[in-house]
Order: sequence, then structure tokens, then C-alpha cells
Amino acid sequence: MKILLDKINVPGINTFEVYRREGGYRAVEKALKTMTPDQVVEEVKTSGLRGRGGAGFPTGMKWSFIDKTSSNPHYLVCNADESEPGTFKDRYLMQNSPHSLIEGMIVSSFALEAKLSYIYVRGELKFIIKILEKAIAEAYANGFLGKNILGSGYDLDLYVQPGGGAYICGEETALLESLEGKRGNPRIKPPFPAVKGLWASPTVVNNVETIAATTWIVNNGGAEYAKIGIGRSTGTKLISACGHINNPGVYEIELGLPVKEFLYSNEYCGGIWKNHKLKAVVPGGSSVPILPEELFLKTAAGEDRLMSYESLSDGGFATGSMLGSGGFIVYDETACIVKNTWNFSRFYHHESCGQCSPCREGTGWMERVLHRIEFGKGRPEDIDLLVEVAKRIEGNTICPLGDAAAWPVAAAIRHFRHEFEYHIKHPEKVMDADHVYQPGMVMA
Amino acid sequence: MEVKFSQEQLDKVKEIISRYPEGKQKSALLPLLHLAQEDFGWCSVEVMDYIATLLHIKPVEVYEVATFYSMFHMKPVGKYVLEVCQTGPCMLRGSDQIVNYLKKKLGVEMGGTSADGMFTLKTVECLASCGSAPMMQVEDAYYEYLSEEKIDEILDMFRANAIHRKEHFPGRTV
Ligand SMILES: Cc1cc2nc3c(=O)[nH]c(=O)nc-3n(C[C@H](O)[C@H](O)[C@H](O)COP(=O)(O)O)c2cc1C
Ligand code: FES
Repeated sequence: MKILLDKINVPGINTFEVYRREGGYRAVEKALKTMTPDQVVEEVKTSGLRGRGGAGFPTGMKWSFIDKTSSNPHYLVCNADESEPGTFKDRYLMQNSPHSLIEGMIVSSFALEAKLSYIYVRGELKFIIKILEKAIAEAYANGFLGKNILGSGYDLDLYVQPGGGAYICGEETALLESLEGKRGNPRIKPPFPAVKGLWASPTVVNNVETIAATTWIVNNGGAEYAKIGIGRSTGTKLISACGHINNPGVYEIELGLPVKEFLYSNEYCGGIWKNHKLKAVVPGGSSVPILPEELFLKTAAGEDRLMSYESLSDGGFATGSMLGSGGFIVYDETACIVKNTWNFSRFYHHESCGQCSPCREGTGWMERVLHRIEFGKGRPEDIDLLVEVAKRIEGNTICPLGDAAAWPVAAAIRHFRHEFEYHIKHPEKVMDADHVYQPGMVMA
Repeated sequence: MEVKFSQEQLDKVKEIISRYPEGKQKSALLPLLHLAQEDFGWCSVEVMDYIATLLHIKPVEVYEVATFYSMFHMKPVGKYVLEVCQTGPCMLRGSDQIVNYLKKKLGVEMGGTSADGMFTLKTVECLASCGSAPMMQVEDAYYEYLSEEKIDEILDMFRANAIHRKEHFPGRTV
């Protein structure tokens, strides 16, 4: 079942003409001409759609938090900052079918009674910004944006805003700060954006994929959407698969697909490259816990793991992980978990905005300690030190970047402690062979 | 060099400011920094001060923002800045080798500019192109599935000036 990528291979689908001919912009006609904003919100609630940016918060509920008593205008801001390592699904959708996002922005803005909306795109994606601006110009030219859209009396202006290179601006309140022309420092919540967001007005921030999915929901109804998927994981999800697999790329899956099928079927990842064996998977972007092969394929209770919010998190952090953003990173038997963990720690240290001391200082500590372990200078007490530092960051910061930095370190040690110990015991061995940990090196 | 936009750029500045409600022109700061960097090459103090006057904000409001975001160059750079992604998924597919090869080939350390002033080498974090790793960004374009041979080709192409700054086709992934 494909909802977002069903037309992705139609030649010219990036143009208004072809997108429209293929049935595009019907949701705008339907919503604006036959529905009230509240009816659209209701359909989205019924659909069970959950935020695709990582947290999985129910979209309809988020929309209903908009403060209707405020005299300020409402805003919809699309989060196209996509910077979570391993995640490249939003870029794929915007690059190949920009109108899927524009159409979703129009129906979602209508539902929220927003007359001015922005798509905040990470600054590095200059070519995506050009693609979106062209698509927006086409939508204006065809009467789907601007004043009195389709004679409905509804006005909407839509603009693209570039970021400047900062992972933290994917966090929704940092994003709003950035959109106001400031440093990307996350805000203390409450107040939540639905009450005080952009320019202190009621605002909803949603991920690209979330917004694009609302089009299908308007066309087919929330109840139909809720039939797709499994349990509370309704609908489809874009998964960007990368690392040591045969077919890296973006795939749309129905939630509930067995992870084994996703990893090994030729329709998706096509198995591990070079006929190597699987070692571990980070299923939802760099922030979520890494799982070793056994726990990835089956839950601790021995059930087949599925690509769904519930199944991937089954067992909590002790034996599970998270669906997150859908950034699916695969490690084969040659991958060095210590090196990978150091790499991610360097990333979070670099990207910490510096507001909260536990995150600013703690990410630096973790990076330095992991670096010395990786490069043969580790001390036996370093492993427990890392666990301790991670614990002190988690839950003690304004925004979840602190958690995102702590979880990968804690999970790597939880499941691959022997590799850290090996590095510390055998500095001379980790220094050669390009620092690559070899399987079978584990010593008692 | 005098720091001033052309009339065409000034019209663009006006258009950008019109995207926000009355009085919210500070939101134009990031778009203007990008525009300025494209024109002037890097964000010198003069450039930042100029932007402050265009937006009627204090210079410090520009400095604190420009230094926060990784895309703005705070010192002069080569004609082309090679930004190689070094994050996990790219590392799994050989970004270390790409970085080492570029260092050797250009005779520079990280952050350095080649003697002929053509190339500045930088590493950056995940650019949402992990499925086409290893990769780098040069100006508007992403160069993906990199190998040593491909690097040779790309550098030769830039050296031959086959791709000129302004003619650079945006959106190309190579
Ligand atoms: C450090 C950090 C980075 C984030 N990056 C992104 C991002 O790049 N894209 C995104 O959609 N959400 C990102 N999020 C989640 C957003 O804060 C927010 O939950 C999301 O945009 C809401 O949209 P959704 O409900 O449609 O998922 C990030 C969160 C954190 C804490
Ligand atoms: S890790 Fe290099 S593009 Fe994502």
C-alpha cells in the first residue's frame, strides 16, 4: 500500500501539470469547497496519524491544542530541517514530488485556519529550496495559493525559509526561534507552540511526511487511513535505509511489516552487502538505541519484530529501540561499535546549542572519553564513566537533544560492552587495521 | 571591495522582507546572510554590519546569529568549498578515506585552503544524503557515491573551470 510514493515514478510528477493530471490538488478542492476546518481536523484525528518527525505524537490531537481564544493569527510551519543522521526521506519526497508537500500544506493550513505558512528547509538543501519555490509559484499561478483560493474565500500565503546549518533547529521551538531570525536555542515549555509559537502566536509545527499524508486522509477519509497499518501505528511510513545494505534508499512501507522482510527482501534493503553478516541496526535515526541482531529481529519475548511504533519499542530501552524518524542504519559484522558511538557523540557535541550545562559539557565529555577509547588510550573505569555521564544528561535539559545524545552511548554499552572492553585491553590492536574492530576479537 | 548589493539584489532583499508580517523583518536574517555569502564569498564584519543596516537591527544581532550556524564562513575561503560529510552512515561507507584522499591531494589539513586558492576542505555533519554515501557538497550541488576516481574527475572539472559559480546547475546530484 503506497500513499506518498505511489506516483513517484510518473515522469514529470514534479511539475504542477502532471501532478494535477494524476489527481493532485483534489484534496484542496474537497476540503475548501465541501468541508469546514474542524471537519478536516476530525478526519485527521480519526486517521490515527502520528507525527513522522520522530516523536510520533498524534497529529489530530496536536492540531486541536491550537489556542482558538487567541486574537493572534495562527501559523503552520513545516519542519523540513531533516538533519537526524540516517534520515533522508523528506528530502526524497520534496525533491521528487514537491507538490505532495504543497498540497498537504494547503489542506493543513486550512484546517488550522492559518493564512500564512512557512516551510523551514535546512539551509544546505539549496536545490530543494529552488524546487519548492518553483512548485509554490506554479500553485499560485493556478489559483491554489493566494487570495480567495478556488473562490472559497480562504486566503493562504506560503513561503520557504532556509536554515543556516544547525541540527538543533529541527527541534520545533528552536526552529521557531530560527524562523524569527535568532540563534536556534530551544524554548522552555510550556507555553507550547500551540499557544505561543511563531511571533508568540498559536502555531503548529509538523514534519514534511506528516503534512503530506493529510492529503490522502482528506481524499479518502480518516477511517480508511486507520485501516492501513497495525494497531495504533496506522498508515504508511517512509523509511530511509542506509549503511551496509545492498539497496540503500527511501521506501514507503505499511506499518507492521516484519523487520526481517524489510531488511532482506529485494523490494527493500536487499540484505547485507558483500554477503556479510548482520551485526546491529539503528532503526530510527542516530538518536534511538542500537540493537544487536538477535534483539532487532525478535523481541525479548521471542516474537518477530515489526516495523511499527509499538513493536520496535517493545521491551523498553533494555531490549528495544524506537521507530523514530525512520532513519534505518544497518551495521555489518565488520562495523566497529566504539568508533560509531564516538562518531555520533562528536555529532551531538558539535550540535549542542550550549544553553544547558548537562548537554553542553556532557556531550563534550562523552566525545573525549570515546575518542580516547577508540584510539587506544582508554582506561578501565571509562566505560562506567560514560554510563554515568549519559545518565546525568538524560532528562536534565530544556530540549530532548540531551536525551538524543545520551541514548546511543548508553545503548551501545548496554549491548556491546565487550567491544569497549576489548578496545581498552588491547590498545595496540585497535590502533592498526584502520581502527576497525574485527569479529572474534572478543576476549574473556 | 565595497560591501553593497546590486540593485537586483536589493530588489530581492525587498521581496524577502515582504514574506513576513509588518515589523517582523528580522526573520529575513538567515536568507540575507545566504544572499550575502553568495555575493561576497564570506561573512566579514563589514558584510554583517551591512545586513544589520538593511534590516534595521543591531550589528550584534547579526553576529550572534551568523556565528551560531555552521554554513556561514567567518573567514575567507577558497573559490570552492568542499564539504565532506563525516557522520556515521557516511563513515560506514568510507568517508574517512575520502577525507584522507582529499587532504593528500590538495596538500591541506582540515579547514585549510589549497595553495592556489581554489579549494577549501571542510567536514560537515549529515546532509540527508546517507543513502548515497560517501558524499560531499560543493556550493549548491551534492556529489554522491564518491570514490577516489570520482574525486579526481570532480577536481579536474572545477580546475578546468567547467563549472562556473553562477552557471552552476542547481539541484544536480552527481
Ligand atoms: C534535537 C531534535 C532534532 C529534531 N529534528 C527534527 C527534524 O529534523 N525534522 C522533524 O520533522 N522533526 C525533528 N524533531 C522533532 C520536532 O521537535 C517536532 O517534534 C516535529 O517537527 C513535530 O512534527 P510531527 O509531529 O509532524 O512529527 C527534532 C527534535 C529534536 C529534539
Ligand atoms: S551521514 Fe552523510 S549524509 Fe547522512
